[in-house]
Amino acid sequence: MTQKTKDIAIANKMWMEERLEPWLLDNPERNSEFLTKSGLPVKALYTPEDLGRDPEQYLNEINFPGQFPFVRGVDPSMYRSNIWVMGMYSGFGSAEEANKRYRFLLEQGQTGFSIALDLPTQVGYDSDYELSEGEVGKVGVAIDSLEDMERLFEGVNFEKVRQIRTTANGIGPLMVALLVAYAEKQGIDPNNIKIFLQNDVLKEYIGRGTYIYPPEPSVKLSADVIEYCSKHLPNWVPIAFSGYHIRDSGSTAIQELAYSLSNAIAYIDETLSRGVEIDDFAPKVFTFLASSVDFLEEVAKFRAARRIWAKLMKEKYGAKNPDSMRYRIFAYTLGGALTAQQPLNNIVRVTIETMAAALGGVQTVATSSFDEALGLPTEQAVTVALRTQQIVAEESGVTNTIDALGGSYAIECLTDKIEEEVMKELERIDQLGGAVACIENGIFQKELAESAYRYQKNIESGKETLVGVNKYKVEEDLDTPVFEVNEEMEKRQIERLKELKASRNEEKVKEALQRIKEAEERRENVIPAMIEAVKVYASVGEISDVLRDIYGIYQDSAKF
Amino acid sequence: MKRPLRVVVAKIGLDGHDRGAKVIAAGFRDAGFEVIYTGIRQTPKKVAAIANQEDADVIAVSILSGAHNKLCGKLMELLKEQQADDIVCLVGGIIPNRDIEYLKSIGYAGVFTPGSELGDIVNFVKEKTKDRNQEYSL
Repeated sequence: MTQKTKDIAIANKMWMEERLEPWLLDNPERNSEFLTKSGLPVKALYTPEDLGRDPEQYLNEINFPGQFPFVRGVDPSMYRSNIWVMGMYSGFGSAEEANKRYRFLLEQGQTGFSIALDLPTQVGYDSDYELSEGEVGKVGVAIDSLEDMERLFEGVNFEKVRQIRTTANGIGPLMVALLVAYAEKQGIDPNNIKIFLQNDVLKEYIGRGTYIYPPEPSVKLSADVIEYCSKHLPNWVPIAFSGYHIRDSGSTAIQELAYSLSNAIAYIDETLSRGVEIDDFAPKVFTFLASSVDFLEEVAKFRAARRIWAKLMKEKYGAKNPDSMRYRIFAYTLGGALTAQQPLNNIVRVTIETMAAALGGVQTVATSSFDEALGLPTEQAVTVALRTQQIVAEESGVTNTIDALGGSYAIECLTDKIEEEVMKELERIDQLGGAVACIENGIFQKELAESAYRYQKNIESGKETLVGVNKYKVEEDLDTPVFEVNEEMEKRQIERLKELKASRNEEKVKEALQRIKEAEERRENVIPAMIEAVKVYASVGEISDVLRDIYGIYQDSAKF
Repeated sequence: MKRPLRVVVAKIGLDGHDRGAKVIAAGFRDAGFEVIYTGIRQTPKKVAAIANQEDADVIAVSILSGAHNKLCGKLMELLKEQQADDIVCLVGGIIPNRDIEYLKSIGYAGVFTPGSELGDIVNFVKEKTKDRNQEYSL
């Protein structure tokens, strides 16, 4: 400790004893303890003492933006050069509707869009399967075969498209095959279409539920995508390690980072075991995280995530390319933080979440609509969500300096604390056998259910405030819009599938499916065989059935 | 001898968001019920079979996909067929008022929307089952 920090420590102690404590006798604190949403204690005041490091360590632990460990940002100028990418997520029922929307967006000068898939497609079932009934085209488009991709992209000028995001996870490799087959049939180089894949199945067992096979083969299939992209599609984002869905299922910020990073480690280890080098794919990956209303904790979380990743790449995996160490973040404002009660309040919540993402230095932000908790967002609500980002970006001024909160005693201390807690969690998960073992044994699921339950109890007891829900309530009529199920669309989709199956070359389909089976049984990369099957119009359900026959359908332990 | 009330918490359909279902399951457990959680992706047929097998007193269905009328309707038909419609049935999810009326008219005792409290749900079930021979173990 230098003389200067000693002086500060003495002065701090004097301030507490002589000023603060007498003051508190007449002005007691509002709570007996102050905690972040993850349960980390928040001190009354942070001082240089809390930084816990000498200024000399600045270069190792914080450093300048664009330099290891990238705490202050992944590039040297951040938003002074380019504002984050503003993304919005929305689902459209039929391929025709989605196609119309894509063409409209491109005409308006937008350069990217997302392909939202319906639930049967996400879990590898055709539209005519028993469990698909009532779900076809509901939360996104139904893709049964390459024919639906052709309908989806008809007339879309790929020269103008910079980014297409997909939510394919359980069917990750199959989505790659559909996109590659489509591009090749159209005479386009698939690598020229910039695809942003999610392809993170492990988080599906923890949070969102669209897994198909058991965790172990799922890791193999995700790694097939990473390996294939590193060799043939270097422009694509092969995977987005997703903490968002874990968070939205009730986790704390610390669990969000720890679980998603331990999932990342599982995919990386599998990919490396095939002889692919870390620097061949790490520069391309993204992470998909939530931005929630606990402002200080969220800012610190984004900063800590970058440092943890950078160290992981350099120290654990021996990455040489600095791009492998830059953790690029896609932040989505947390849907679970929004309330059905007094829905306009959600605009304020989303604003705080957007500020946290901006001051956390993320690369893409997607904002939720204030009426989301009531069902499908209206056009007005979607516009407000986009305007929120534009106001933060262009009016608030927080984009004019890099990492504006960096150096704040509180933020630096929280950043260190979150890193420390996440590293402890990663260590524990490693000792339990890693992410796959934790999922197979239901450990993550149970811990998450406990966090969600604890949160609910805290809301009901008033330990945590949720404005409009457990405090400042008003009488209001909370009717939600009626969702009209388009049964015509489901029927039409099923008829088309029937016609397709009647008109294609069955012999070729059978052969192609057999080749997928052989490749998978030899544990080869299954994507080339899938591309061939997709090209002869084998269906999503048929291709997934081949793998289901080999691996079975996963049954979760359903712990709570 | 009395036994604890048995509740089957069920997710029907392909929607995999089970945070709410698990929170409700834990809430019933802590209130002294015996809880069977089916896990995600069940059919009405499967849930009816589980309820039968477990001799359930209560079924709490969680649906967030919007397919509640269709799937809950099917479940109720099956329960009536197996003469198990004395089971107290609940639905939880994002459900418009019009559908709440419909679900109640076909036999669902209670429909709970976002913001509902665990305590209220548990008390509702206790009230509906107070004349039964079963009880909560707490």
